[in-house]
Amino acid sequence: MELFHDPKIDWLGKKWYFLGFSLIFSVAGLLSILFWHHLPLDVDFRGGTVVRVKFAAHPDADRIRAAIDKAGLRDARIQQPYGPAANNEVLITLSLSETSQSALDQGRVTIISALTQNYSGDAAPNQGKLDLDNVGAVALTSWLEQNDPEHLGNTPEAETRYQNQASAVLNYRDAQHSGIIDSMNDLRGVVDPAILNALEQNAWLSGFHFQGGEIVGAQVGKVLQHQAELATLYSLGGMLVYLWFRFELIYGVAAVVACFHDTIITVGAFSLANREISLTVIAAILTLIGYSMNDTIVVFDRIRENLRLSRREPLADLVNRSINQTLSRTVLTSGLTFLTVLSLFLFGGEVLRGFSFALVIGILIGTYSSIAVAAPMLVAYQDWRARRGRTASLPAAKKARV
Amino acid sequence: MKTNIKTRLIVIFAVLAVCVVGIFGIPQGVSGTALKQSLLNRIHLGLDLKGGMHLILQVKVDEAISAETDTDVAGLQSDLQRNGITGAVVSKPDANRADFIQIAGVPAAHNDDVRSLLESSYSSRFDIAPGVGNTWTLTMKPTVEGEAKQRALDQALEVIQTRTNTLGVSEPIIEPYQLGSYQILVELPGVDDLGRVKDVIQSTARLEAHEVISDQPWTDRQTALQALGGYVPPDAELLQSVPGAAAEGSPGEWYELKKIPIWGGRDIRDAQPGHNPNTNEPEVDFYLTSAAGDKFAAWTGANIGKYMAIVLDNRVQEVAVIKGQIRDQGNISGGGITEQRVKDLSMLLRTGALPASIDFLQETTVGPSLGADSIHQGVVASIVGMLTVMAFMLIYYRGAGINADLALFLNLVILLGFMGYSGATLTLPGIAGVILTIGMGVDSNVLIFERIREELRAGKSPSASVDQGFAHAWTTIVDTHVTTIVSAAILFIFGTGPVKGFAVTLTFGLLANLFTAVFVSRVIFDANLSRKLHGEPISI
Repeated sequence: MELFHDPKIDWLGKKWYFLGFSLIFSVAGLLSILFWHHLPLDVDFRGGTVVRVKFAAHPDADRIRAAIDKAGLRDARIQQPYGPAANNEVLITLSLSETSQSALDQGRVTIISALTQNYSGDAAPNQGKLDLDNVGAVALTSWLEQNDPEHLGNTPEAETRYQNQASAVLNYRDAQHSGIIDSMNDLRGVVDPAILNALEQNAWLSGFHFQGGEIVGAQVGKVLQHQAELATLYSLGGMLVYLWFRFELIYGVAAVVACFHDTIITVGAFSLANREISLTVIAAILTLIGYSMNDTIVVFDRIRENLRLSRREPLADLVNRSINQTLSRTVLTSGLTFLTVLSLFLFGGEVLRGFSFALVIGILIGTYSSIAVAAPMLVAYQDWRARRGRTASLPAAKKARV
Repeated sequence: MKTNIKTRLIVIFAVLAVCVVGIFGIPQGVSGTALKQSLLNRIHLGLDLKGGMHLILQVKVDEAISAETDTDVAGLQSDLQRNGITGAVVSKPDANRADFIQIAGVPAAHNDDVRSLLESSYSSRFDIAPGVGNTWTLTMKPTVEGEAKQRALDQALEVIQTRTNTLGVSEPIIEPYQLGSYQILVELPGVDDLGRVKDVIQSTARLEAHEVISDQPWTDRQTALQALGGYVPPDAELLQSVPGAAAEGSPGEWYELKKIPIWGGRDIRDAQPGHNPNTNEPEVDFYLTSAAGDKFAAWTGANIGKYMAIVLDNRVQEVAVIKGQIRDQGNISGGGITEQRVKDLSMLLRTGALPASIDFLQETTVGPSLGADSIHQGVVASIVGMLTVMAFMLIYYRGAGINADLALFLNLVILLGFMGYSGATLTLPGIAGVILTIGMGVDSNVLIFERIREELRAGKSPSASVDQGFAHAWTTIVDTHVTTIVSAAILFIFGTGPVKGFAVTLTFGLLANLFTAVFVSRVIFDANLSRKLHGEPISI
């Protein structure tokens, strides 16, 4: 099976279409960054509080907001991640101004107690009881020891036994049911009847489960921002140096320009889609810079090889031929990498959503840019040199060293 | 040629075996659960997969400096008095400058005495300078200050390490945080009781006894300040008490206490949970060192009838009248204190007070359910990705596709083997790195195969085409792998934990790919070719 049987497309002839396409997306992205959604930063960089909560039933955003308002937190942002894996999860965000330095976790504590007291319909009579949806291993074990439903007294054997029973409950809840127990009845095969009885009478299920959270003070946010900037600069600089070393400078510059183009469009896409940029997203962007560079190198390698073989062919034709020769490979590898990253985007879960979004966009644009940005730039540079009266041959670059 | 293939095949199987051992260790059995267990033992899971807490703490080292200079102020005052220099007042005039002490009101006649006293006892740690109008200033030397701050950090580190040991956390990480000044990084895998952890870490657990200056307590700080004339004298402080400190059922009130404690901090030798002999309520019994005990006995003997306050973490726990000499024993009780709290508090007192208080700068919590979910989702995404790629390679490249799929599978095994041997941590972005390796790894195969197809189309023989394919593609493969590995290296240097995990798996995957896509694929091709007649076409 072969997708591209000897393609003969005039790529450079279409360069104005490509330029137009690139301009539209870059400008749209830049405009969004400047005027519309600006640059949505994740709590890593922005500072503030993020709390992840999973609900037993489909969460009612209004009820959540009402519950949290009652506790005095007016400016909480409630996001329900969309997509195929919605899973009744909610992200509650508090801004930095509501996150004080001296009591960093105050916001999280308030949110959880607000939900405990105000969210569930039957919250009121159950206040003060053990919440089985949110209890931890140590707390459950000591609750069991204190209540002693199997009347074992205060022996080490009792401690071990209750520890095991607590682990069984928590294993059932966390490893198998994402943190929510639908009803006490479900524990019937998991723990002994006496313990189940005690739980049914003296514990309750609040219907929500605190999955995790992140609280970042202003200081740490700034430091991480700075680290991300340094990493990006070093990456681009390193690429340029490496390419200069392997090829001529103009190849390096063309490749770096293509990478800038990719970065701007990807970051613009985040702004347009109002997705937040976190540290892992920066990692994804740096990776796709590397990937775009790869792609560009493949085309450049072929151009360099062809240059050595035929000196008389007009550069535009040679570049076209080089792209056509590598087209099969370029489309295939991008396609395959795209498939794997798409799988990550669809099935990889909420935590990696931003990361995989960056890669999905980045791989498409990275492939496009090698053909539509880097190659035409080479030809344009050579045309510019020719017009200045120099010899019209592109520096064939140093002999490839391995 | 045949023996060459055989040797190379042996090499491949040896590598495969070594990596399997790296992944599973020496497995206890071959059942599904046993293998899964040995896998989990070998591969370290990061916090975002296992669940736990990640904290960045700021040690407020200025407080430690402040405590030191407070002692210096008291010492200086008593030194001056002992040398007969009356009328001089030693103080720290600037509340924001913990390292700055001022002596004011020195009578002109004693100026030289003061200077010689300062130079003999204090010049090693302070820069001494005369000021206007019969004053002297002492500024702590920068080196001394730096050392004191570093000592505070080291001490805090040690105390927190001891305390987290009692929490029973396996493999905690407690170390100085490089990106900040006097900050500590704490990682506690598997912890799910946030409140208790923070209490244990953050509690300065400073227990002190202070002399009570005021006759009676005040209801709030404003009233107290008014009664004192608007400001607190430099040698005193205003502290609030917990309810029930003075007597059963008394509200939280404000007392004026002498700032310098009678004993405190390191003077506590031991603390144990116990029970009140009368009421059987839980209480903490603490014991002082003998030196502190002597001092305390002397003080209590000389101050019978006066009031004394026991202060824990700047809250007055108990106020009592001194009825007789107390040597070296005391207790903390009342206020509804629970068994758990008594146990924790005794442990905190035993491990020693934190030299300065701690602020939390960052806190990340991953519950065990989120960790389990993440692993599940990551594995599903990997499997879907891998199957899609494998299927495509089979359809598009037919026979050679099997080649690529085998190389891909081996790639993953070697990658996991690297992870197992190096003890590197697998994080959620790390799993994404594995998925990315699948995509990028097969890239090399596509590169080679496309080249082979091109050579075949140009009319070369199968073995020559395979030769040419591998030869031409090698340069490009190295180029692309090096650039991505350089990217990953930069991410490793500048990234935090999860991102580091991504960089590590990506690098390992690409290194493994250099081996599988080139060496292993070549061996399979050669083995295939050696079984065919000369010129017989290969399936690609």
